[in-house]
Amino acid sequence: MIKLQHNRDQVSSTQDPQGDLLHFLREQCSDASVRFGCGSGHCGACTVLIDGQAQNSCTTPVWAGEGKHIQTAKGLPEDEVGRIVLAAFVEEQAAQCAYCISGILVRITGLLKNQPNASVAEIKDSLSRHLCRCGAHARIMRAVLLAQKNIQHVTTLP
Amino acid sequence: MSLPSPSLSTAPLAKDWLRFSPEGLFELRSGKVELGQGISAALTQIACNALGIKATQIIWLAGDTRYSPDEGFTAGSQSIEVGGQAWQRVGDIVRSHFALAAAEQLSCEVSDLTLRDGAFQGPSGQQTTYHQLAQENKLAWEDIRVDAEDPTLLTIPTELETVTRSDLWRKFTSDGFIHDRRLPDMWHARILRGPHPFSSATEWPVEQLKKLKGVEKVLIQNSFVALVGRDEGALIKAHAQARQLVSWIVPNIPAQQAAHILLPSMESKSSIALHETGQSTQSKSPGNDKHRLRRQYSRPYIAHASIGPSCALACPTEDGGVQVWSHSQGVFTLRDQVARALKLSKQQVQVVHEPGAGCYGHNGADDVAFDAAFIAHTWGLNVRVQWSREDELTVSPMGSASSVDIQAGLSAEGFIQNWHVQVWSHAHVNRPGWGNGLQLLGAWQAFPDEQIPEPKDMPLPAGGGLRNAVPAYEVGELTVEHHFLEKSPVRVSALRSLGAHANTFAIECLMDELSEVSGQDPVAFRLKHLTDPRARHVVQKVAEMSNWHARGHAGSGIGYGMAYGRYKNKAGYCALVAKVEVSERVKVLQVWSCVDAGKVVHLDGLRNQIEGGILQVISWSLHESVLWTEQGISSNEWENYPILSFLDVPELDIHIVDEPNNPSLGSGEVVTGPCAGALGNAVAHALGVRARHLPLTPENLILAMDQSHEPVTS
Repeated sequence: MIKLQHNRDQVSSTQDPQGDLLHFLREQCSDASVRFGCGSGHCGACTVLIDGQAQNSCTTPVWAGEGKHIQTAKGLPEDEVGRIVLAAFVEEQAAQCAYCISGILVRITGLLKNQPNASVAEIKDSLSRHLCRCGAHARIMRAVLLAQKNIQHVTTLP
Repeated sequence: MSLPSPSLSTAPLAKDWLRFSPEGLFELRSGKVELGQGISAALTQIACNALGIKATQIIWLAGDTRYSPDEGFTAGSQSIEVGGQAWQRVGDIVRSHFALAAAEQLSCEVSDLTLRDGAFQGPSGQQTTYHQLAQENKLAWEDIRVDAEDPTLLTIPTELETVTRSDLWRKFTSDGFIHDRRLPDMWHARILRGPHPFSSATEWPVEQLKKLKGVEKVLIQNSFVALVGRDEGALIKAHAQARQLVSWIVPNIPAQQAAHILLPSMESKSSIALHETGQSTQSKSPGNDKHRLRRQYSRPYIAHASIGPSCALACPTEDGGVQVWSHSQGVFTLRDQVARALKLSKQQVQVVHEPGAGCYGHNGADDVAFDAAFIAHTWGLNVRVQWSREDELTVSPMGSASSVDIQAGLSAEGFIQNWHVQVWSHAHVNRPGWGNGLQLLGAWQAFPDEQIPEPKDMPLPAGGGLRNAVPAYEVGELTVEHHFLEKSPVRVSALRSLGAHANTFAIECLMDELSEVSGQDPVAFRLKHLTDPRARHVVQKVAEMSNWHARGHAGSGIGYGMAYGRYKNKAGYCALVAKVEVSERVKVLQVWSCVDAGKVVHLDGLRNQIEGGILQVISWSLHESVLWTEQGISSNEWENYPILSFLDVPELDIHIVDEPNNPSLGSGEVVTGPCAGALGNAVAHALGVRARHLPLTPENLILAMDQSHEPVTS
């Protein structure tokens, strides 16, 4: 049996440990925010944080999550940094179809936790693991920079 | 006096467009659906302003064949012009009727009323609401005619709020897509398809397929083969394995060559689509051409390549029919096609729109909806079908390639005095309902007697392959020649802006080549041939925004290119300047754009369409090309069909001209052609050599540089 933490929940899987984490999260954990895009780790739509590191869940087997903390877009409203990132994406209306955004929100939350002062080049490099077809890239960048500013503001408050 | 929208004739009564829910909400209906383009926010803005209500009071029922008005396809940048205009008129008429009833109820004059959050208030604070007036039968509101040609419209002061999209939070964090819908006792299905939409197999390895882990049923009817199981993750792996087990027979398709070589070599039906013996009005001495250029430009086949794969759900219904959930652009024609394929009445088929990933035209949405409907109806299953990434990039319809040849002559004063354009391309529309017969991939596989409809293209003035082949400029004598190609090596249908991408690219590149050969500035040369003041304004404005006149000499490695276009020659106006750096490859540094789409309904939505259009067209024009071999479509995953990366996103500077007194003009596709033209011109300015064939990859730039030493036919 594989045991892991999904956002705030402790969950276990009796299913095939070779199965992919994406479908474990979507089907067993009822977490629709993790999106299938290509199934081969190229597009980033399925990105989750595994112990704080962004990973493609479509190519990650469930067993690799054993004992780890998996964070998804569904859990971001309850995360201190994730909440600010989400709010910035809503404020900037940073999406067209929004299918790619859940994975991007997750990666940016991880980035801004590990590197709150990430440079524009570092942010772009991080986003380059994600594909967006609608052309929302420019407003996504604006939203990330707004989130970064808001996080810095929160952390410098007395 | 004509109606502001054809939808008002289709759905002529107020009750076709709205209902008052018992909870006090406004249940509004539209045939125009949310495709990721943000139209729901724009329609909400229109309805809120017209009815004097808040966005949070609205529930939309859009694209549901049971309830919504049939407004055709959500396509062609028509949603504001048709769907928005309809709702503006419906809202204005409904408000006016209710205002009269409210004034009577509150014993005051209409001119004394104010309106807020759906409540009418009289001069002494007395109130009534739409819901109260409707429930107390103060007026026969349901049968109010919204198709009245000259209705009396009453303006009531109200508070206006700026609407933002209400769908984003759910799409960001939860189950906002069709992919997330579930049915009771639901099965997952994957359809077994080869490396080309028309590939087949002489036999299906059924016993081997049944043994694959995750496959619980194998459903077969002729060439329609579905793998069915409960565990979607396992089924996806089984589907990939199953494809390897089949010996695929791929139809004979011509070997891949550049579009400008391949297309003119194919069998064509040629015709003169337009001939105008106009004279160059401004040329003082029309006559022999001082300069004459003949140039050929092209673009390849381009994939929709949405990030989320096509998906649908279906279940059998009690009357022997089927209910379908789909992200189709046209639920009513999909309903009709499914009914026809399954030999059901239209009443037995219901199609409900649910949001999919980004839609840029006729993608796999209708096909996968048929896949689900066919399984649900034939085998009695509640089913969810999702395509694979490979399906999206191989069997889905693609945007058609085009080869465009233009000859033009200049007078001694540098005015264009004749223009002859030839376009080689396929049908740009093969949607369900277009042509006789079924346009559904699965139906062709399940029912071999179903003939694929004979391809036909959309004629001018809208045009498919010829969309925007007619230049926006004064060109004197004009000939438009169409070489229509029935057969195509890949499956083709509508992709954002149809032929306008290639045609505007060609026109705008030639405009620069003509200005260069006659020693004129490209902006001045365009203005010299534009009479429409709105066209002139966007060109002048974007030149000013980009500091055009300081752009420097050609061949420095940094280039500026400008282009202008008016989508469909009747929708929004757009001028654009691109700044690029060309070393080993093209890097776009900045794009300036000026757009005039008439009255702006929803500013951020419009900006989003302009930004997104620019970035998508940079991707098409620099990177994209569908590839094939005799084994089928070989650009079948993201690694061999690359699209724009976040690392290559330029600075964007967009100016929207608000023309509140002019009608709103379609703008979702307005930048497509001008952006391609500006990129072509910027690359030519950077290199000092012109690359005429898209995409502007390093390989195509090297080819252009090699060929620049050869003489060009003039």
